[in-house]
Amino acid sequence: MGFETCKDVWVFIECFQGQPKSVGLELLGQGRKLADSLKQDLCAVVIGKEVEAAIKASGDYGADKVYVVKGDEYENYSADAYGHVFLELCKKYDPNTILVGATVNGRDMGSKIAVSLRTGLTADCTALSVEEESGNVVWERPAFGGNLYAQILCSETRPQMGTCRPGAFKKPEVNPDNHPEVIWVDIHTPAAMIRTRVIDFITACADNDIRLDEAEVIVSGGRGMRGPENFAVLKELADVLGGTVGCSRAAVDSGWMPQTRQVGQTGSTVSPKVYFACGISGAVQHVAGMSESGTIIAINKDETAPIFEVADYCMVGDLFEIVPALVKELKARQQG
Amino acid sequence: MGLIYTEEQKELLAMVREMAEIEIKPYVQEADEKGECPRELFKWGFDMGLHMLEIPEEYGGTGLSYETTAMIFEELAKVDAGYAITFVTTFVALRNVILAGTKEQGQYFADKIAPGGFAGFALTEPNSGSDPAAMRATAVLDGDEYILNGTKTFITNGALADVFVGFFKTDPAGGHRGISAFIVDADAPGVTVGAHENKMGLRLSNTTDLIFENVRVKASAMVGPEGSGFKLALNALNLSRAFVATMAVGIMQRALDEAVKYAKERKQFNTPIIKFQMVQQMLADMAIKIEASRCLVNNTMRLMDQGNLVQKEGSICKTFVSDCAQEVTSNAVQIFGGYGYSKEYPVEKLMRDCKVFQIFEGTNQIQRMTIAGVLEREYK
Amino acid sequence: MNIVVCIKQVPDTTEIKIDPVKNTLIRTGVPSIMNPFDKNALETGLQLKDQYGGKVTVISMGPPQAKAVLREALSMGADDAWLITDRAFGGSDTYATSYILSQAIGKLGPFDVILGGKQAIDGDTGQTAPSIAEHLDAVRLTYILDLQVDGDKVIARRQVEEGIEVIETVLPVLCTATKESNKPRYGTVKRKIASLKAEIPEITLADLVGADQSKMGLKGSPTKVKATFTPQRTASGVNIEGNNPGEMAGSLISKLADAKIL
Repeated sequence: MGFETCKDVWVFIECFQGQPKSVGLELLGQGRKLADSLKQDLCAVVIGKEVEAAIKASGDYGADKVYVVKGDEYENYSADAYGHVFLELCKKYDPNTILVGATVNGRDMGSKIAVSLRTGLTADCTALSVEEESGNVVWERPAFGGNLYAQILCSETRPQMGTCRPGAFKKPEVNPDNHPEVIWVDIHTPAAMIRTRVIDFITACADNDIRLDEAEVIVSGGRGMRGPENFAVLKELADVLGGTVGCSRAAVDSGWMPQTRQVGQTGSTVSPKVYFACGISGAVQHVAGMSESGTIIAINKDETAPIFEVADYCMVGDLFEIVPALVKELKARQQG
Repeated sequence: MGLIYTEEQKELLAMVREMAEIEIKPYVQEADEKGECPRELFKWGFDMGLHMLEIPEEYGGTGLSYETTAMIFEELAKVDAGYAITFVTTFVALRNVILAGTKEQGQYFADKIAPGGFAGFALTEPNSGSDPAAMRATAVLDGDEYILNGTKTFITNGALADVFVGFFKTDPAGGHRGISAFIVDADAPGVTVGAHENKMGLRLSNTTDLIFENVRVKASAMVGPEGSGFKLALNALNLSRAFVATMAVGIMQRALDEAVKYAKERKQFNTPIIKFQMVQQMLADMAIKIEASRCLVNNTMRLMDQGNLVQKEGSICKTFVSDCAQEVTSNAVQIFGGYGYSKEYPVEKLMRDCKVFQIFEGTNQIQRMTIAGVLEREYK
Repeated sequence: MNIVVCIKQVPDTTEIKIDPVKNTLIRTGVPSIMNPFDKNALETGLQLKDQYGGKVTVISMGPPQAKAVLREALSMGADDAWLITDRAFGGSDTYATSYILSQAIGKLGPFDVILGGKQAIDGDTGQTAPSIAEHLDAVRLTYILDLQVDGDKVIARRQVEEGIEVIETVLPVLCTATKESNKPRYGTVKRKIASLKAEIPEITLADLVGADQSKMGLKGSPTKVKATFTPQRTASGVNIEGNNPGEMAGSLISKLADAKIL
C-alpha cells in the first residue's frame, strides 16, 4: 500500500497529576496485539512535567520503546502544547498507528492531530483487529446510541488513528522484567503558542465518592427506583461491597441523580468487576455503557426486560426487597 | 380528530405540548392536593407567550386567531385546566379593556400583562352571581377620582393579579344600567385579597375574595362610558364563554386518553376490559361527545374571528360542552373502577375539575334562558 | 458578540429499534430531532447573547429536511440560519464535514464564539466540532459548562473526568457543550410562527469560493466504513431462584463466592 516507511504502533499514555491513567495502559495491551500483527514495535508516548511513573508503567505493561517529552509547559493538558508535541513526534518518527484513550482530553487531542495530519481518526473504539493483506487496522465502534456497530478503515493515509473507550479493554499482565528503550525527545512549546491556561481545578465528588470510571463495583438504579430518596438503598449495597452508585439516563432525566453518575452512551462508560442493574430496563444506550463489565447482575420486576439478555445473573423480583436482602446477607457473611 | 390543522397550528401545539408535559405535568398532582400552583410554574407559559396570544400586536400580543388560541388552550388544559384558565382570565380581561376602553387604557393594561403579569375580573359578589345588577359595590365620584367600596367573591387570579377590571355601581338605584367598569391596580391602597377559596376542582387556579375599601382611582380609569359596565361584562362573558369550552374539551380528551390506555391494559376474566361491550359503549360515547364538542368550539371560534358577537353561539357552545364533560369524565372514572376513585390515578381530578364549567361564565340555566331569548327575537 | 452554532438533525436514537429478523436498524417512523447536545450549545450561545449582546447564527450541514432544526433554532431565539448543502458534501466523514463547516464559518464570519454539541447521537464520534477548531486554528474548549467573557478574555469551566478545570484564554474560541452545561429554553409562539415563515438561505459548494474540494465528500474522507452490524444479544444468564428475597439473595451471593467474584 505504500506505507513501508511508517512504522510502529504508538499508544498515548495519558496522565493526571503525574500518574498514568488506566486507559493508556489498557491500550498497551491492544497495541501489542496490533504491533504483533503488523510485525512492528509497540511504543508508548509520554508527555508531561513528571514522567517517571508513566515511563515505568509503559515498561511494565509491555512497551518496546517509550518516547518521552518532558517540560514544565506540559504539566496540564492543553490542546496547543500536546498537539504540537505529537505533530513534531510524528514528523520525526513517522508512526503507522496511534491509539489514544477516548477520554475528554484524549478525544480533544486526537481530533487536533488527525486534522493537522489530514488523516483518519475513528472515535470511541471497542474492538481492534488488523487486515492481514493491507495492514489496515479495523476500528470497530458503536453508533446510533449503541444500536449499530461499524467497522472503519483508514486506508489511504497514515498514521491511522483511533480513540478507544476506557474500560473496553483489559490491562495486560504486568511484566516487571520488560525494559523498553527510552527515547528522550527534546520538544519545547513556546508560551506564545499555548493559548489556554488552567487557572484552577475543582475535584469531582466532594463527598469522597468513588468515581464511576474507577469503581470495582457499581450498583446502578434506573426508572424502577421511583424516586431520588430510594437510591439510599443502593448506596447501602455499594458501601458493603466497597463500590459506588450509578444510574441510567432515566434517573438523570427525572432529576433523581446528577449526570455525573449516569452510565451509558451519553454518560460514562464503565467496566467494573461487578455491575448491579436495579430497576433498569436495559435500553441499548445504557447497555452500551456497561456491557464490558466483568459480571452483570440484573434485578427487575419485569421478566421481559432487555437487561436480562446481557446479565450474567438474573433476579426477577422487587428490588426494594432483594437489595436489602443482599445487604443483610453480605453483612452476615462479613461478620461470620 | 375532526379538525384540520395547518402546519403552523401543528407546530405550535407540539411546542406547547412538550413544554406542558415536561415542565407542568410533574407538579400537577401535588399542586392539586395543596390547592395552589407554585408561581414559578407560570413562568413557562409567560416565556412562551401564552398570556397574550390573541391580543393584537400593537399591544405587544401575538395577534393569533381565536381559533388557533383555542387549540393551544385545549392542549394546555389536557395537562391542567386550572393552569390554563389562569392565562385565559388574564387575556380576556385585557381583551375587554381593548374592546371597550381607550387606546391609552388598553396600552396601560397591556403593559402590565406583557412582562409576565396576571389580570382578574372583579364582577361577582356573595349576593350577586347570576344577577349582576344586584351587586352592592359602589363607585362614588369625588372631584376627579372615584372612591370604590365593596367585596367581590370567586375572583380568579385574585391573589396573583397585578391589575383588575372591577365592576361597581356608580348609580346604586340604576339597576344594571348603574354599573360601571374600572381599571384597578392590585397594589392600590385599600385593595385587599380576602379568603382563598378551597375548591372542588381547578385547584391550580387561584380563586379569592377581593375587598375594596375606599380605593381611589382616577376618573380616567373608568372603562367605557358611565353605566356601560353591564354591557361590557356581558361582552366579556360572551368571549370567555366559548373559551372555557375549549378547556373542557382538553379535560375530556385527557379523560378519554387515560381511559382507553387503562382499558387496554386492565384485564378481568382474562380479557382486556376494552373488549367488553359496555366499556366500549362508554368509550364510544365519550369519543362522540368530544369530537362534537371540539368541532363546535372550533366553529364558534371562527365566528368570533369574523367579529361575530356570538351571543347565542357562545352560550350553546359552553352549555353543550360543559354538559358533555360531566358525562365523559364520570365515565372515565367508571372505566377505571375502584382505582378511578383513588387520588393515585388521574381521572377523579378530571371529574372534579369539570363540574365548575356548568356553573361559571354564567350557569348553564342562565345560558338556556339566553338562548331561548335569542330564539324568541330571531323568529319574527 | 458574534456567535455561530453548528447544529445537526439526527434521528431520535432513543426511539430506534432493531429489526429482529433482518438485524438492521428500523429507521422509518423514527422522528428527526435537533441533536440534544447541539441544543445545549445553542442555549449557551443564546445566554451569551442575553448577557453580552450580539447575534446568534445557526448553521447545519445536511439535506433540505435539516431546515426543520434550523427553524427550531430560530424559534428559540437564533437570529440567522443557513443550510450548508450540496451533493458534493455527501458521504463526508468527520474530517470532511468539519472542513466544510469551517469553510462556511469562514464565509459567514468572523465570529467570536463558535459552538457545537459534545457529540451527535447518531455518529457518536464527538470529533466534528473540535476538528472545526483545527481547520480554523481556533482555540478549542471541549466539554464546557459555561464561559464568561471580559473584553477579549475568556474564563471557561470545563468538565473532565476528575473534576472541573477552570481555563483562561482569549477570543475567538470554539466550545462544545454537554447536557450539564444548561437547560435549553423553549421557543416562543411569536418566534415559532416567524420561523415557519422564514426563508432559510442555502450555502452550496459554489458559495465556498476557494475551498479545497479534495477535502469534501466521500473522496475527502480519510476514514471509510467497511461494514456495519447490529449487536447480537443472547440471553445466557443464570436465573436466580428463591421462595423469598432472602433466599434469592443467599443464592446469588453463594454463586458469586463460588465463582470468586466476591
